Amino acid sequence: MKSRIAFWNILKKDIKNYYLKPPNISWGIIFPLSWTLMQLIRSPGENILELLPGLMAMSVLFGTTSMLSVTITFERSGRSFERLLLAPISLNVMVLAKIAGTVLFGMFNAFVPIIFASFSTDLKGVNFGIILPAVFMIAVSSALMGLMIAVSANQVFEAQTFSNFFRFPMLFLCGLFIPISDLPLFLRPISYFLPLTYGADMLKSAVTGANTLSPVLSFGILLFFSVTLFLISRHNINRKWIL
Amino acid sequence: MLSVANLKKTYGDFTAVNSISFEVQKGEIFGFLGPNGAGKTSTINMMIGLSRPTSGEVIIDGIDVRKQTKKAQSIMGIVADESNLYNEMNGFENLCFCAALYGMEKSEREAKARDLLEEFRLKDAGKRPFKAYSKGMKRKLTIAAALIHSPQILFLDEPTTGIDVESSRQIRKMIKALKEQGTTVFLTTHYIEEAERICDRIAFIAKGQIVASGTVLELMDSVSHGHSIRFVTSKFAENLTDELQSNFKGSKVTIQSDNTLIMESEERISLLPVMNFLYDKGIDVYEAKELRPSLEDVFVKLTGIESSVLTRDEKKGGRK
Repeated sequence: MKSRIAFWNILKKDIKNYYLKPPNISWGIIFPLSWTLMQLIRSPGENILELLPGLMAMSVLFGTTSMLSVTITFERSGRSFERLLLAPISLNVMVLAKIAGTVLFGMFNAFVPIIFASFSTDLKGVNFGIILPAVFMIAVSSALMGLMIAVSANQVFEAQTFSNFFRFPMLFLCGLFIPISDLPLFLRPISYFLPLTYGADMLKSAVTGANTLSPVLSFGILLFFSVTLFLISRHNINRKWIL
Repeated sequence: MLSVANLKKTYGDFTAVNSISFEVQKGEIFGFLGPNGAGKTSTINMMIGLSRPTSGEVIIDGIDVRKQTKKAQSIMGIVADESNLYNEMNGFENLCFCAALYGMEKSEREAKARDLLEEFRLKDAGKRPFKAYSKGMKRKLTIAAALIHSPQILFLDEPTTGIDVESSRQIRKMIKALKEQGTTVFLTTHYIEEAERICDRIAFIAKGQIVASGTVLELMDSVSHGHSIRFVTSKFAENLTDELQSNFKGSKVTIQSDNTLIMESEERISLLPVMNFLYDKGIDVYEAKELRPSLEDVFVKLTGIESSVLTRDEKKGGRK
């Protein structure tokens, strides 16, 4: 009961203080929109459905990884984060509450391209029963990667630098823009160690049906990644922030 | 209420806290006095569960902080050495959020937040964002936030550092009021006069070790041997020095200025015989005062740290 109150209030505070601020709302809309327009201008005849998995995955990835790492690093530099560490709630509840806001923000980001796509194409063939868990799992695993970055960074600019260090390579290795089978042989194993690869495959399955793995298998692997990242993050917080 | 035994913290080769032990009784105000870098914050961080001791134990109200950190934290109020509330939220929201972290229901936390804003004279500022507060107001709201769940023990790390005199005075008054309500208070400070004014007992900490602890009087007695009295007289009494010393065996008399003499003795000095003696010699005594060492003298003597080091810390702290 007490944990539920704490969880809900941490989530509410983060949404109000960070995610609902005009710069972040505009980021959540403008970023996916500009990518959508860029892709359409670059390839005018291309079916927007072909672009949708990539745009959604990118929107979630950029929204979640940067937001969580930046907000946590920001709270740590102002020492308000100590309040959460010193509250009589378990580390699990605290971490879950912190990532919950980011996951919701990431999911909001993901649906912006879908909304824009709905104006220009028919989305009847899109399987939302797969889209929803795919977006959720991409958001969770990306948020947890953002948390790992936050544990390693001391300053906001460090968090942003670390985020870019792995986000961009991941985008090009996850099979969204270049099929994994077209990648040089030595890069292919790396692709299969990236959560985004499985999230992107699920999205492809839901939108175009051009997936290589079963969505259930991808979901299971993403779940495994998320649990592992959660445990690593919790361990790192315990080790690095409680000195 | 609080028992610390052989608490030690090392960072590589550096020992921040070196096997310290002390106890704080329920309803007591206990102060850690020492310069910056003495180990005050390292100690407090281990006691509140923000840092893991290298060795030793901290027991709060029967709860082992190392083993049951979260249970112990539920009965603590913690004020860090910086006012660390959320800049984006107003005073009322900050208090309600802190209450929620302790699992308080909405109606309960809102009522308590309103009471605390009133009590801390921040009612009008309750709707303003925390970032718009003055340093003194920020400090007061941070203390209020630590009290939102009615803790049994309050930890205050440098509660008045860097704030104006009026806010410092209000905070000291609040700390005393908390003691009256039965709250145990552990505070760290590098202000000697603050420790002297509000603490029931004080521990001097230097280089990670407790050099001495006790009440102000106990600490003073630990360095003062014998007694000394200063007499302000109507006439210059230099020629009476030998006569005074021979009449009052074991005493040493020194003339400080024209009309002031100091009489020191291992034994307690009775005032009346000395005054009668001087009166018989045609000298009136205008003032007689027992001279005791100040807490600052005691601190310097026991720690070997000049009080100027603490003064320097005060300047760094930005006290106005």
